[in-house]
Amino acid sequence: MTAMIDVADAQKTFTMHLQGGVELPVVRGVTFHVNPGECVVLSGPSGVGKSSILKMIFGNYRCDGGRIGIRHRGTLIDLASAEPRQILNVRRDTIGYVSQFLRAVPRVATVDVVAEPLIASGVARPEAQHRAGALLHRLNIPERLWQLPPATFSGGEQQRVNIARGFIPVLPILLLDEPTASLDAANRAVVVELIAEKKRKGTAMVAIVHDDEIRHLIADRIVDVTRFAAAA
Amino acid sequence: MAEPVLENDQPLLVAEALSKSYGRIAACRDVSFALYPGEVLAIVGESGSGKSTLLQLLSGQLAASSGHVSYRMRDGVTRDLATLGEAERRFLFRTDWGFVHQDPAQGLRMAVSAGANVGERLMAVGWNHYGRIRDTASNWLERVEIDVARIDDAPKTYSGGMRQRLQIARNLVTEPRLVFMDEPTGGLDVSVQARLLDLLRNLVAELHLAVVIVTHDLAVARLLSHRVMVMKGGRVIETGLTDQVLDDPREPYTQLLVSSILPP
Repeated sequence: MTAMIDVADAQKTFTMHLQGGVELPVVRGVTFHVNPGECVVLSGPSGVGKSSILKMIFGNYRCDGGRIGIRHRGTLIDLASAEPRQILNVRRDTIGYVSQFLRAVPRVATVDVVAEPLIASGVARPEAQHRAGALLHRLNIPERLWQLPPATFSGGEQQRVNIARGFIPVLPILLLDEPTASLDAANRAVVVELIAEKKRKGTAMVAIVHDDEIRHLIADRIVDVTRFAAAA
Repeated sequence: MAEPVLENDQPLLVAEALSKSYGRIAACRDVSFALYPGEVLAIVGESGSGKSTLLQLLSGQLAASSGHVSYRMRDGVTRDLATLGEAERRFLFRTDWGFVHQDPAQGLRMAVSAGANVGERLMAVGWNHYGRIRDTASNWLERVEIDVARIDDAPKTYSGGMRQRLQIARNLVTEPRLVFMDEPTGGLDVSVQARLLDLLRNLVAELHLAVVIVTHDLAVARLLSHRVMVMKGGRVIETGLTDQVLDDPREPYTQLLVSSILPP
């Protein structure tokens, strides 16, 4: 099977110039792959570099070495050396990312926040809003909130809006950073269902989850990040 | 490993080794980049970093001491801006380019009506049917969220936020492909800024505009741009995907800028 994500020997160090140039090694020798329809869960204690690895795969953090291979429209691209425009194309057509926190744009209605990735990929606005509504409904966001910007919502509600936005596009790769962290049991179950549906559609996923029960339900394979930890 | 080249995937604006000096002072040194259709590039840096000089060079308002700026015209031919005649350059400015100034008074005619401010650019490209011009102007006022009942009022009677939105309508009415913006949210209250940014964000996406925006506000860069160039002392010291540069800044000066943002 052809891997969707193929990370080889990736490494990351922060140089903190404002703290006298202190070097903060994060990870090194990161090597793993993810196949279509597979969910790989990154494990290890807080601070070991799990989120940094997700951000490197998304092109949000730069790599200091190694390769972030991404299968994009049938071709393997190295995101570690890709041009900004190429990374943007990869994000539009190939990689979705559900971050821990919603970074909302002021004034934009919840339903539009969720519909935006679909519109960006060419779906007509009414259809995109219809699908956004259906997903919000599934995640138990009441319809009376859909026209409001999510900035004033509770943490759990914002997280569900974030999940809806991340899950709505049909992309071959999805990165999940603690998608169930601030959710109640009913909504955690919805997210587990959504992940199972993505698997059936062949989406390759990398997830960070601290909840053992959720990890057990979604993980096809576990990659222990402790072995990539760069700190001495 | 290369991405398949897309049809029509050529840069719109290209800067090559662009420099400008005033006597012994170099305001802008050796700047090169390519801007593609639909791409938003933010130029960030503090006052005196050379970002406004660069904007003037790119938009052909200032002659470079060395280097070139070229632009792909609507007919598909790429021309060096320095070789354009004055009339050609002005025509470009009225049709295919926009320029949004920080101070709307610089980009508007303050004593004539809002409708005329928008309609003037249409007349400059040959529109002469009064009814159609007025309809298009009303339509644009609506798009920038100005009450159409105010179409006959002069912008001097408008609030700062309304003036800025009117300036945007005036610039976009001819459907330009490239818009230069110099601190477009600079002089506005925070709440007015948020509204304007949201409006700009939507228009840029809908109209597939290429934008070069100068700002000292990293939040504006994050919200609007795909790429950033960080300038210091007339040089580009760091460049890349906006979220990459802001979340993982490499250069000491960029780290300083990013760490100086107050948490919301």
